[in-house]
Amino acid sequence: MNKMTNDKKRVVVAMSGGVDSSVAAALLKEQGHEVIGMTMQIWDYSAFTAEHGETFGTCCSLDDVYDARRVAESLDIPFYVVNFEKDFQHQVIDRFCDDYFAGRTPNPCVLCNQVLKFDLLLRRARELEADCLATGHYAQLLREGEGFALRKGLDAAKDQSYFLFTLTPEQMERVVFPLGGMTKEEVRIHAVRLGLRTAEKPESQDICFVPDGDYVRFLEEERGSGHMDGEIVHVGGKVLGRHQGTYRYTVGQRRGLGIAWPDPLYVVGIDATKRQVVVGEAQHLLVREFTCLEVNWTVPPPSQPLRARCRIRYRHTEVPALITPFPDGRATVSFDEPQKGVTPGQAAVFYEGDKVLGGGWIEKAGARIQE
Amino acid sequence: MKRIYLDYNATTPVLPEVLEAMLPFYRENFGNPSSVHWAGRAVAGAVERAREQVARLINASPAEIVFVSCGSEGDDFAIKGTADALREQGNHIITTAVEHPAVLETCKFLEKRGFEVTYLPVDSDGMLDIAVLGKAITPKTILISAMWGNNETGALFPIEEIGAVARKHRIRFHTDAVQAVGKVPVDVQKAQVDLLVLSGHKIGAPKGVGAIYIRKGTRMTPLLHGGHQERNRRAGTHNVAGIVGLGLACEIAGRDLTAKMEKVRYLRDKLERGIFAAVPEIKLNGHPEKRLPNTLNVSFAYIEGESLLLNLDMKGIAASSGSACTSGSLEPSHVMGAMCVEVTLAHSSTRLSLGPETTEEEIDYVLEVLPPIVQRLREMSPLYNCRTPMSCEECSIVKRV
Repeated sequence: MNKMTNDKKRVVVAMSGGVDSSVAAALLKEQGHEVIGMTMQIWDYSAFTAEHGETFGTCCSLDDVYDARRVAESLDIPFYVVNFEKDFQHQVIDRFCDDYFAGRTPNPCVLCNQVLKFDLLLRRARELEADCLATGHYAQLLREGEGFALRKGLDAAKDQSYFLFTLTPEQMERVVFPLGGMTKEEVRIHAVRLGLRTAEKPESQDICFVPDGDYVRFLEEERGSGHMDGEIVHVGGKVLGRHQGTYRYTVGQRRGLGIAWPDPLYVVGIDATKRQVVVGEAQHLLVREFTCLEVNWTVPPPSQPLRARCRIRYRHTEVPALITPFPDGRATVSFDEPQKGVTPGQAAVFYEGDKVLGGGWIEKAGARIQE
Repeated sequence: MKRIYLDYNATTPVLPEVLEAMLPFYRENFGNPSSVHWAGRAVAGAVERAREQVARLINASPAEIVFVSCGSEGDDFAIKGTADALREQGNHIITTAVEHPAVLETCKFLEKRGFEVTYLPVDSDGMLDIAVLGKAITPKTILISAMWGNNETGALFPIEEIGAVARKHRIRFHTDAVQAVGKVPVDVQKAQVDLLVLSGHKIGAPKGVGAIYIRKGTRMTPLLHGGHQERNRRAGTHNVAGIVGLGLACEIAGRDLTAKMEKVRYLRDKLERGIFAAVPEIKLNGHPEKRLPNTLNVSFAYIEGESLLLNLDMKGIAASSGSACTSGSLEPSHVMGAMCVEVTLAHSSTRLSLGPETTEEEIDYVLEVLPPIVQRLREMSPLYNCRTPMSCEECSIVKRV
């Protein structure tokens, strides 16, 4: 990273206990920087299971804390666990649940980056007089003019720039991504070369606080269940059946509807206030435009509509669109070609080539192509 | 880098003479004290000598001392062992809101098993009102559990008064004296306690050994069932070396206790005065006088205790925000909450606890390093310059939320 090439810096590395942040810490240390490891304790799974009646629980997040601690020990760097459990509960978990119950499909990882990693943790780093905060993200921050440009990670399969669109210019000054110019394979090789105990650790896939992937059970344990049932309605208006709670559904979902119908049916919309799950055939998933809110620009904010490529979920290839920003932080996105699976609650991120221009949270899909 | 240890309430270094006394029990004196043969006999005597040493420090008789693995085990045993043994007589337990988690969590566990627990409040100095204790007693009360000295603030409860109330109502009295033993005189007769818990690693013995005093005639259900060690009160092969270390550490703690603690108190007071002279807008937590002589707990308005600790650590100074027993992380403190310390102040509470090895040079170094760190953190704090302190009511509302 060009931020790190000059002299010796004091860097706090956000260590999650996984291979990526371990390698980031080890490489920075190898380059001669003064490295301090920090792990955010955000979710105590054992407390969660204890409160829900089990006598003992496995402790996935704490296992990761131990891994991070052991890596820091082997690198001989100071290591601190900072407790953000309350902030995580209020700003990530609560919003995660609110979103589902409001008919949205949230993306807690973006939120966690925004409100914990690049706000609270960065502040902790600054309080320790650190020059930068490093994370193991696959993304690049390259100097451009007076500031920095956020670009995709070199490894296309691992690129995580989508999760970073909330970065502000001030944060971009202070954050480094040592792995942005590497492939996952190179990172693994470094991990083995450096003898890191996390070298063989499998990739984490799920939402960290829903380790079994059963988010419905998680929501019901957090907020309770019952009296959430309602109608499943076809886009044409016909009531096709009943559901046990809109939060169990997400736009694009095909399985688990339990309705006999000539053509495959998909969830095309959720109306939490009417407690309706709207379903339709594949073509009803197509949307030409949508609005998003809380838009953050990682480049100087445009005043005119601009052409860009837009990605509407992590595993989506960005497509050409016209973005029209509004003064209230909203923007509309009009695709050149209609797209499937525009899901309220997910992030929409705007690109120009490899460069991230900004992004926002999908608020509402526009009119469907074929009603 | 200098290394200055000011976290003696978390743990203490093993005293060199204690370690020396222990080593033979890892080498030639390896026997199991429960064995009848020469190897067992060689160590059985050492265990009993240690029992006498522990008993002497707290004015008990050796038969009333049971060795356990740590303070938490002792507190668990005292409470659960009483609850089970006295179940027929009642299901009500009285404790305080500022106990160590070893007591609080055990009480919460018993609540789930049908016991009723009263958590007595404390005032803003962390002190207990003895009249409130009297009012909490019911015919169903089987146990009063109140700590001798608070681990976070050092506040010393009026143990003798509590003991007198307990005795008057013929209710069993347990005290967690883990922080008090070795720092203030502890006398189980004068205080009229029935169960008292102490821990080795707070007084220069190693981690992994502690003791519980069980007054003669106190009916208890064991926590650990198994072998017949400790006269059936606590199963498990003796941690012989640890017990020997605990015994000697108790003997050493008893020697010139007052003189040693006067030196510690002098340095603690110097640290306290120095910090108060150099840093504005701070608050002493805990009672100014009725306090362990080694403990200083201060809140620095506008900053996070966590940040201060990390910065002190970077300068080689080991301090704490309170209890170290919470999964290696930094928890906001229930003790500050119970004392109704303003939320923002509670978050910045920082504990500095001294020991017999602490030197005046070390205190001078802290006084040189700490004030500029606080000032720098304040200048970075969004709260600094733009807030008015919350009232007590606001604070309790925030806490409930």
